[in-house]
Amino acid sequence: MSQSTPTREVARRVFASEFNDAGYTFKESDDERAPVYLLLPTGESANRVFFVGTLTEKEDVGEDSEYWRGRVVDPTGTFFVYAGQYQPEAASKLRDLEPPAYVAVVGKPRTYETDDGTVRVSVRPESITEVDATVRDRWVAETANRTIARVAAFDDEGNEYARMARDEYELDPETYKAAALAALEDLDETDELDPEAGADDAEADDAEAPDAAGI
Amino acid sequence: MSELRQEAEAIAEQFSDHLEVGPDEIEERLENLVNEYRVPLEEARRSVTNSYLDDAGMERDELGRGGTERVQVNDIDEDEQWVDLRVKLVDLWEPRSDSISQVGLVGDESGTIKFVAFETSDLPELEEGASYELSNVVTDEYEGSYSVKLNRTTGITEIDEEIEVGDNAETVEGALVDIQSGSGLIKRCPEEDCTRVLQNGRCSEHGQVEGEFDLRIKGVLDDGETVTEVIFDREATEELTGMGLEEAKDMAMDALDTTVVAEEMAEDVLGRYYRVTGPTFGRYVLVDEMEEPGAVDVESALIEARSI
Repeated sequence: MSQSTPTREVARRVFASEFNDAGYTFKESDDERAPVYLLLPTGESANRVFFVGTLTEKEDVGEDSEYWRGRVVDPTGTFFVYAGQYQPEAASKLRDLEPPAYVAVVGKPRTYETDDGTVRVSVRPESITEVDATVRDRWVAETANRTIARVAAFDDEGNEYARMARDEYELDPETYKAAALAALEDLDETDELDPEAGADDAEADDAEAPDAAGI
Repeated sequence: MSELRQEAEAIAEQFSDHLEVGPDEIEERLENLVNEYRVPLEEARRSVTNSYLDDAGMERDELGRGGTERVQVNDIDEDEQWVDLRVKLVDLWEPRSDSISQVGLVGDESGTIKFVAFETSDLPELEEGASYELSNVVTDEYEGSYSVKLNRTTGITEIDEEIEVGDNAETVEGALVDIQSGSGLIKRCPEEDCTRVLQNGRCSEHGQVEGEFDLRIKGVLDDGETVTEVIFDREATEELTGMGLEEAKDMAMDALDTTVVAEEMAEDVLGRYYRVTGPTFGRYVLVDEMEEPGAVDVESALIEARSI
């Protein structure tokens, strides 16, 4: 539960494959408390994200106190969600949930650099709730749509985040468009099969991801 | 017609009631500035307009824009636009300043908006309940809320027609990404005409009071591009969560804590998609109707995606 302000940050829609590629963060002002933004490779800033996927694993990786890590899988890859004592509601949610389960997550992007210099991107959840396949499908369709729209606007004049993405990453935005279309097409197929089919689909989706991203 | 000629005629039109000045003369002055002195057209227009304002002894805000646009009040979303309205005077308020002659609410089919008329504008008095065509009013914005200002050039024509006044209804769709504090089982001040929500048993106006229980959800709908704050009143909250006031009170009683109610509600509604419709109040949409969009139409989503 948060305080309301008129300048609340929007929750971006982004697939896991793009999210995990986004290692660069920045601020819009010098103020120490200014919000930190993750730069999405398709040219958008993200201070908050909303995603829906399948919680496939959870583990308490804390040493002194509980610190839960959850893997949330979407059609393109895996979001890593970490919740500890400062996210008590999300942490207790992860403790209680039995994978596999569809979950909706609102959270803040976090990055950290490993010893070998790779930047890992994860999510610090503000909320986690269990949802059904309808919500998950809607999110996939919505996120595919938003992703493709970002790629379409990538070469627009004055698209400053696209310019920043070009400077900071060596990533082809078309990859994410292809992955988004593949996710949507896959939704179309599973739609015709058993609408109740749950986690198995999502894991199958995950396995196909490398192909989809490579189109 | 050249761009300069168009500008010249527009300026001539604006001053037609005040000065004897023709488009030829204006075009000549614009041409001089633009072609001889390399002044950008925008700046040239400004400079020429200002010099005629001086000649006429007028202030800028007295100047009508040639051909203002008729709009609906709920469509006003920009500051300092000159517009025409067709409205009913819904409510007159007590002016808080001597410089204001009339202040209140006007409305049309789309909703209502605050209006202000100033003493210096010397306008005829408007009457509550009457309908008018108002031409040349200026929009104003304060903290996200819009109003219109009448001015010396405003044309007022009473019309003999009943205008049905709407409620500024908006429809927004998105995922419910947050439930804010002050949601769930709350207590309101019981004083007459005061429905303020109590903070720790205190009303900000009436101090310590015995509050009355109510249900409400202050939530945030987010579509990935914009966020909208929405308020579900007791009825809407019951419809949304399936939890009634008595059940909520029992739950809080069992837990000796009212916050469990909002937590329980959050379980059922956070992270889901909703489409809600209702009147706007400041930056909030007050939910009258709601629906869950249901299963996504993958076919049309694909068609849309491929067309981008």
